[in-house]
Amino acid sequence: MAAFAYASPIEKSWYYLHWLICLAVLLFLIAPILAIIPLSVNSVSFFTYPMSGLSLRWYEEILTDRWQGALHKSLFIAVSVTLLSTALGTLAALGLSRPNFPWRKLVMSLLILPMVVPVVITAVAVYFFYADIGLLNSYTGLILAHTTLATPFVVIAVSATLVSFDYSLTRAAAGLGAPPISVFFKIMLPLILPGMVSGALFAFLASFDEVVVALFVASPEQRTLPMVMFSGIREQISPTIVAAATVLILFSISMLSTVELLRRRSQRLRGIRNT
Amino acid sequence: MATMTVQIAGSPDGMPLRIKLQQVERWRKLKAFTLVLPLLLFILVAFVLPIGRMMFNAIHDETLLTLMPQTSAALSVWDGKDLPDERVYAALAKDLKQAWAQKITGMIAKRINYELPGAGGQVTSSARKAITLSAGPYKAALIEISPLWGQRDVWSLLKRGHSAYTAYYLLRSVDYQYGPESQIVASPPESAFFRNVFLRTLGISISVTAATLLLGFPVAYLLATLPPKTSNLLMIMIVLPFWTSLLVRTTAWVVLLQDHGIVNDVLMALHVTSQPVELIFNRVGTMVAMTHIQLPFTLLPIYSVMKTIPTTHVRAARSLGAGPFYAFWKVYFPQTLPGVAAGCLLTFILCLGYYVTPELVGGATDQMVGHFVALYTNEDLNWGMASALGAILLTATLLLYYVFNKLVGVDRLKMG
Repeated sequence: MAAFAYASPIEKSWYYLHWLICLAVLLFLIAPILAIIPLSVNSVSFFTYPMSGLSLRWYEEILTDRWQGALHKSLFIAVSVTLLSTALGTLAALGLSRPNFPWRKLVMSLLILPMVVPVVITAVAVYFFYADIGLLNSYTGLILAHTTLATPFVVIAVSATLVSFDYSLTRAAAGLGAPPISVFFKIMLPLILPGMVSGALFAFLASFDEVVVALFVASPEQRTLPMVMFSGIREQISPTIVAAATVLILFSISMLSTVELLRRRSQRLRGIRNT
Repeated sequence: MATMTVQIAGSPDGMPLRIKLQQVERWRKLKAFTLVLPLLLFILVAFVLPIGRMMFNAIHDETLLTLMPQTSAALSVWDGKDLPDERVYAALAKDLKQAWAQKITGMIAKRINYELPGAGGQVTSSARKAITLSAGPYKAALIEISPLWGQRDVWSLLKRGHSAYTAYYLLRSVDYQYGPESQIVASPPESAFFRNVFLRTLGISISVTAATLLLGFPVAYLLATLPPKTSNLLMIMIVLPFWTSLLVRTTAWVVLLQDHGIVNDVLMALHVTSQPVELIFNRVGTMVAMTHIQLPFTLLPIYSVMKTIPTTHVRAARSLGAGPFYAFWKVYFPQTLPGVAAGCLLTFILCLGYYVTPELVGGATDQMVGHFVALYTNEDLNWGMASALGAILLTATLLLYYVFNKLVGVDRLKMG
């Protein structure tokens, strides 16, 4: 709806009211995230405006062992999860996208299931299971559990790039004498790469942000960044947590930009007009 | 097509073309399946199996059967009317002595305490005293040690323990339990709070879904009708929160909503209130934070459906004489319903399983089913109860997921 010149006064006022409502909702979405960024450089530990002075002391605190150790563990786990889930998820998406794959719908819903099941149920179920097989409090256990949660993202992202995949390209390559391996690496991979990368980013984030499963199956030895944040928020929220949150927000922004750029590149490569 | 291939039968090597095609087809299917197999196996072993085991835990409990084998066996012929005879008491004494020797009395006491609150302590003390009993008659001696053994309900419980399967945990989850004669009765008021928890979970989920729809629909409509350049810019404001860590967003709300937080400062500066309003660690905080997190999930499906609705429809209605609101309501709105249904269902499903957010910004009376699943697992160590609550929550989620699948199709699920 646009405010046409011939619109009646009621329509016009409704139009502006609609805009106003929408801006308020958008503000509700974005303001909380932006509002805490300046507070992370506040010199005192109050969370109010106007701020009394600027200081980087809370960021200094992030550089201490407690946070750094957690960050390293989180990164280690998230990177392992990303590698594992991207490999598994991409293969599965390639198989699923083949025409007349048997029981496609059923298999797909099964693979997406970890995304749908409430994470606290997954956490409890995995906890009981690991208690039996002795995987509790181990990196292996945590990485495997996070991988189950992360693979649906990869499957969905890679499947999305394969929906519009033109199989005559691979047939043409094969017809020109390319062996299957080089067809895959020279034709298929470059085209699905954007999907793989955004799937991998989602998978990374899924593990890097995950706290519930970690709370159940990890010991203090595997204390991840979200676990530190969780206990911090629960006890007494400190500016250090806000500083860490700010770092994570900047991290999200850069990831979002990467995915957006990849999406545009993929659309350009495949000749899809920006819709 | 099939008949055609039969007629052209006879490829160079003498094999009918139809069979050869079938072979190729089968080979292709197998190849596609091989690609999916690693992930399928992984999900089955590392995800479906644990979940299945948890569901099984909800009805399977062998504690009494394995820890008190002789009593359970002796009770299998008990008619449940009067107190059991001397033979059963002798078996009980034996079991108690054995349990004391193996230091497993605590586990038995805990299991009995679930169904008969307060009886656990008596079981432990009976076991301690039972080791001094050397010869019968045990019946009088045991009742002397603890009046518990003179009550029928404990014997009904032990008789039920003869089966490895129990409906107790599921019954408790909906505020029922076994009575003294193994009949199903309503739980006493002090332990009958699960129905409330489920209702609360349902209530919070419905309210959050409604709130996201109310806030999301106008924005989706605006974005769908704006030129792409402007809408892409505004879209960032929706997608960025979507990409931000859940804990970060929760942190933001804790900071904003606390007693001396920004929201209260603004309210006081505007003279809306003279002293800080309690906005967090209660229902308000939970609802606000959950709505904030779920809004993009409701909004994006609605938006993607709205994008496909041709603007010419409303214009046609207008030119045929419909007023702006009538045209919107009769022509535009019905076409958005698939998106509304998909978005709301998705948000509702996700809301049911919330755990972290109510835990961090809610009060004691805002905790949802997820909280109790975690509580029984971590603190009460009552895994049967955790499994039963989890099983009910999971069943509800899966049913809704099935509906979602039928309605929207999991293939069309997209991110961001």
